[in-house]
Amino acid sequence: MDFNQLIVILATAIATATPLVFASIGETITERAGVINLSAEGTILLSAMTGFAAAYATNNVLAGFLAAAIVGALIALIVAVGAITLKQSQIAIGFVLAMLCGDLSSFLGNPIVLVPGPTVPSLRIPILQDIPVLGPLLFQSDALVYASYLLMALTWVYFYRTRNGLLLRSIGEQPAAAFARGSNVVRMRYFYALLGGALMGIAGAAFSLDFKAGWSHRHTAGYGWIALAIVIFGGWNPLRAALGSYLFGILQSLASVAQSSIQNVPTQVFSVAPFVLMILVLVLTSGEWLDRLLAYLPAAWRRPITRAIHAPPPAALGKAFEQD
Amino acid sequence: MNVQLQHIYKNFGAVQANDDVSLSVESGAIHGLLGENGAGKSTLVKILSGFITRDRGEILLNGQPAGIKTPADAIRAGVGMLHQDPLDFPPMTVLDNFVSGRPGGLFINQRAASHEFKALTSQFNFELDVDEQVSNLTVGERQQLEIVRLLALGVQTLILDEPTTGISASQKSALFAALKKLAAQGKSVIFVSHKLDDVAELCHAVTVMRAGHVVGTATIPCPSARLVSMMFGRELAAPSKPQTCRDDVVLQVQHLALSDGRMDVRIDRLDVHCGEVIGLAGLEGSGQRLFLLACAGILRPAAGDVRLHAARNGLSSMAGKPYHDFLKAGVGYLPADRLREGLIWGLTIQDHVALRTPASSAFIDRDSTRQNAELAIQTFNIRGRTDTRAGQLSGGNQQRTQLALLPPALNLVLMEHPTRGLDIESTIWVWQQLIARCQAGTAILFASSDLDEIVQYSDRVIVFSGGKVSAPIDTTSLSAETLGEMIGGKF
Amino acid sequence: MNENSKTTRPPGASALSLRVSRAAYYQLGALLISLLFMALIVIFSGESPLRVVSSLWDGAFGTADQFARVLATLTPLLLCASGLIYTFTAGLYNLGVEGQIVVGAVATTWVLRALQNQVPAPLVIALGIIAGMAGGMLWGLLAGALNVYGKISEIFAGLGLNFVAQGLAIYLIFGPWKRPGVASMSGTEPFDESLWLGRIGQTEASPVALVIALVVLIITIVVMRNTYYGLRLKAVGQNPRAAFILGIPSTRLLLSSFAICGAFAGIAGALQVVALFHRLIPSISSSLGFLALLVVMLISFNALWILPMAFFFSGLNVGSLQLPMALRLESSLAGVIQGTLVLFALLARGLSERAGKIKRSQ
Repeated sequence: MDFNQLIVILATAIATATPLVFASIGETITERAGVINLSAEGTILLSAMTGFAAAYATNNVLAGFLAAAIVGALIALIVAVGAITLKQSQIAIGFVLAMLCGDLSSFLGNPIVLVPGPTVPSLRIPILQDIPVLGPLLFQSDALVYASYLLMALTWVYFYRTRNGLLLRSIGEQPAAAFARGSNVVRMRYFYALLGGALMGIAGAAFSLDFKAGWSHRHTAGYGWIALAIVIFGGWNPLRAALGSYLFGILQSLASVAQSSIQNVPTQVFSVAPFVLMILVLVLTSGEWLDRLLAYLPAAWRRPITRAIHAPPPAALGKAFEQD
Repeated sequence: MNVQLQHIYKNFGAVQANDDVSLSVESGAIHGLLGENGAGKSTLVKILSGFITRDRGEILLNGQPAGIKTPADAIRAGVGMLHQDPLDFPPMTVLDNFVSGRPGGLFINQRAASHEFKALTSQFNFELDVDEQVSNLTVGERQQLEIVRLLALGVQTLILDEPTTGISASQKSALFAALKKLAAQGKSVIFVSHKLDDVAELCHAVTVMRAGHVVGTATIPCPSARLVSMMFGRELAAPSKPQTCRDDVVLQVQHLALSDGRMDVRIDRLDVHCGEVIGLAGLEGSGQRLFLLACAGILRPAAGDVRLHAARNGLSSMAGKPYHDFLKAGVGYLPADRLREGLIWGLTIQDHVALRTPASSAFIDRDSTRQNAELAIQTFNIRGRTDTRAGQLSGGNQQRTQLALLPPALNLVLMEHPTRGLDIESTIWVWQQLIARCQAGTAILFASSDLDEIVQYSDRVIVFSGGKVSAPIDTTSLSAETLGEMIGGKF
Repeated sequence: MNENSKTTRPPGASALSLRVSRAAYYQLGALLISLLFMALIVIFSGESPLRVVSSLWDGAFGTADQFARVLATLTPLLLCASGLIYTFTAGLYNLGVEGQIVVGAVATTWVLRALQNQVPAPLVIALGIIAGMAGGMLWGLLAGALNVYGKISEIFAGLGLNFVAQGLAIYLIFGPWKRPGVASMSGTEPFDESLWLGRIGQTEASPVALVIALVVLIITIVVMRNTYYGLRLKAVGQNPRAAFILGIPSTRLLLSSFAICGAFAGIAGALQVVALFHRLIPSISSSLGFLALLVVMLISFNALWILPMAFFFSGLNVGSLQLPMALRLESSLAGVIQGTLVLFALLARGLSERAGKIKRSQ
C-alpha cells in the first residue's frame, strides 16, 4: 500500500464519518441530559429523505438541511413528550419511532427515488489545500466537513468550559441536585433532546445531500443504530464520539480497499464487517469485563488509566425526573 | 437573616407531614430542629429551601414575604440547604460541583473560581482539592464542599439536614466551628438533628417537632430530660409480653462488622434465644436496617459471622452463604418498604400466595391457591380479595399480607416497622400472631421507631445511634428517659 | 370470605374499574387519532384513504394465494411475539430477536445441507427445525449472558448481535454456501422439493408450520397464566428486588427468558427456510422480529391478544404488497400504519396514567 493510497483511505474515512459525527454528537447531547433517543435509525432515514426532497424542490441545499433539522427536532419532540412529560418507557417510544419513521421515509420518499438532485458543493480552502498530506486530508472537502470540525470543537468547549454545559452534564447525572441548584430540569431536557434531534436530522441530510447523495429506499439503513453504539463507545464525550465515528469510517474505507485485495472472502461481507467490528469493540470496551480487567493493574496506574478509558453513562440516563 | 415560617401545611397523600407548623429563627442564631423520624422536620426545611412546594402557609424573610416556590427562588432569596444525602455530582470534580448552578457569564473562569474556592475553604479550615473527583470524597468532605458552594452563592440562611450522620469526629468539630463562625457573621443557621448532644453543644435555641406538629421550643441550655419527653411524648407503656424464651440459641452474632459506605456498624456478640423478641430501637437509618439485612443474608458482612440454628447440627456458620440458604435455615425477613421490597405492585394476593407456596408441579393449582389466599385473607383480616393487586391495598393491609406470606414454621423473623400504618386494634392483633409464633419457638428481631411498641413487646432492647450499638438491656429495667437519651446517642 | 370483606369493597377495586375505563377511553382516542394521522398521510401522497383500505383488503384476502401468504407471514410473527412475551414479562427489551431468527435459519440450513440425501427427508426437516431452535436459543443466551454477566444493556447487546448474525448469513451466502457459478442476494441454492415442509396446494402457506406456531402460542398463554414459572417471571420483571427477597432466583429466570425467546425466534427462522423460502437468503427474517416487538408493545404484553393482532399485522403486510401496482403507493405504508398505531397507543397510555395521577392528587 503506498502513501497516496493511505491518504485516499483516510480522506474517504473522513467523508464517511462526517454524517456519523453529527448524529453521534447529537445523541451524546441528548443522552447527557438524561434522555435516550432510540429513534436514530428512523430519524436519520426520514430526515435524509425530507432534506433531499426539500433541496430538490427548492434547488437549495440549505433549505434541505433546514428541513432535515426540523424533522429531526420534531421526532425528538415526540420522544421528549413521551419520556419526560408522560413518563413512558423511552426505549419503547424510541424504538417505535425508529420503525415508523423508517417506513414513513420509504412511503413518502417513493416519488424521489433515484432522481438527481442538488448536492453540497466542494469547498477547497486556498493555500491550505496545497499543504502536503494535510491538504488533501483536511482542506479539500466541503463546508459540511468543516462544519463537523467546528461542531466537535464547539460541543467540547460547551460541555467542559461553559456554565450551561456544566448544567447540561448535571441534569443527566443527578437531576435532583441540579434542581436544588435552581435548574429547570424539564425545560432543559426538552431543549437538549430537540437540539440533539436536530443534529441527527442534519446527519440525515449530510447523507442524502453530500456523502451518499440522492435518495433510495432504506438509503441510510444501519447508520442510526451504529450512531447509538458510537455514543456508548465514546463514553458520552463528544470528542470520543467523533473519534468513534472516524474509527467506523476507517473500517468502512479499509473494507472497500480490502475487498479488492482479499480474494476468497466475498465482497458483500465487507459492507457488513465495519458494523460487526464496531459492535465487538463496543462489547469489549463497555460493561463490567473492563472493570474486572482494570482491577488487575498496579494501583498507581489504575486510576489514570481507568479515568482515561472508563466512561460510565450519565447516572440518570433514561430515568424520568419526579418532583415532590 | 431573620426567618419566619408561618402556618405551613403539607400533605403527601394521606400523610399530613406538616400540620400548621410555625418556626422563627433570629439572625445570628443557630436554631436546632429536633424530632423523631417522620416528625416532619425534613419536609419543613425542604419547603423553606423550595425543594418541596407547600400546600399552604407563608415564609417571611426579614419580615418580608418571600415567594419561595423553587430552589432557584430560595437561592435568590438567600436560603440554601445542605441535604441529608449530599445532592452533588459524584463523577465530576470538586471545582465543577462548586461552579455548577452559579450565575455568571457563558464561560467558566476556572482560575477565579478555584481562587475563590480556596479562599473560602481556608477560612473554615476545610481541606479540599479542587481537582479531586467527588466520588472519592468522604461524606464529611462532600458536606464541606456543599457548605462552601452555598456560601459562595451569598446564602444568608443555611439549613443543614442531619449533617452529623456518617462524618468523623474531626470533621464534626470543623463543621461546628464553621457554623459558629457563620452565626457570628450574622447568618442564621437551621440545624436539623435527632442528636441531643449535638444540639446541646451547638444551638442557641431548639424547636421540637412530633407527628407533623411543633410541640415546643426551648432555649439552650435545657435539661435533656425535657427535650426527650417533648420528642417522644408521654410515659412509656408497660412491658406486656408473656415469657416465651427458651434456653437454646437460634441466632448468634460474632464480631460482626457491617458497612453501606456511609455508616459502619459493629456488633461484638449477641445471642438470640428461641422464643425471644429483641427490639432494635433508634432513629431510622442508625444501623438497624443493616443489621437486619445481614441477619437475613441479604447484606454481606464486611467481617464477622452470623450463625444460625440449623435443623439438627446446632449452630452453623452462614459466612459466605447465599440468601437462599438463609431462607432454607428458616429465616423470614419483612422489609419496611412494602411496595418496593416486600410485595410486587401488579401481582394479586393470590399470586403472592402462589409465589410463597413450595411448588410440587410446574402448574399452579388455582383452586388450592385461591383457598389458601382466602384463608390468609380471613385469618389476617386483610381488606381485599384474592384478586386484589398489592398496589391497591392500603398500607396496613399490605403489612397484613406480608405477615400472611411468612412461611408457617420459622426459626427467626426479622422485621422493620412491623405495625407502621396500622391502627391500634390491628397492632395488638399482629402482635398476638407474632407472640403465638414465639410460643412455638420462633425468635423475633424487629426495628421500630415506636418506643411503646419496643417496650411492650420486647424481652430485650438494643439501641442503635448513628451506627453505635448498645449492649442488650432487659426491657423491665428501662425508663423512657434512659431510652430517649440512648437514642440521642448518650451511651 | 368473611363478613368484613363482603360488605366493604376493597379500597382499590373501584379505583381499578375507573382506571380501566379511563384507559379504554384513551386507547379509543389514540385509535381515532392514528386513523386521522394515517388518512392525512395518504391524502398527502395523493390517494383516497378509502381506496387504500379497500386495496389493502383485496391484497390480503382477495385470493386464496394472498390469504395463504397472510398465514405464511403470521407463522413467524406468532412465534416471535410468543417468545417476546417472556422477555418483556421479565422486563427486558430483546431487540436481538431479529438476529435470533437469522441464526436459527442459518443453523437449519446447515443441518439441511449436511444431512440431505443421507437420511430420510422428514427426519432432515425435523432435525433442521430442532437445529434452528437450538441456534436461536444459543444466540438468545449470548445476549442474555452479555446482559446478566457483562452488564451491557440488552438493547445494545441484541442490536449488536443482529449485525453479527446478518454478517454471518451474508458471509455464508456469498462465501462457503454460494450457488454454483454465481453468488447473489437471491440466496443459497434452493433445497430439493422433498425437503420442503408441506404446503396447501401451490400456495405459500404451510399447515405444519402454522400448527407449530399455534402450539407455541398456546404453550405461552398457558405458561403465563397457569405456571409458577410464568408467575415468577412476572415477579422478577415487575420488581427484581422484592422477587429476590421472596426467594426467587432472578439471574436464572432472566437467562431462561432470553433462551426461550431465542428458541422460538429460532424456530421462526427454521420455518422461514423449510416452509417458505427453501433456502437461506440475506433478508431471511423479513424484519418480522421487529414487527413482533411492535405487536407485543401494542397489546401490552398480554399473550391472549397475540393471535388477533398478529393476524391483523400480517394482513397489513401482505395487503400492502399490491399497493405499488394497484395505486402506485409504496408498500411500506403497512409499516407506517403499524408504527402509528403503536406510537399513539403508547402516548395514550401515558396520558391516561397522567390523568389518573392528577385526579388522585386532587
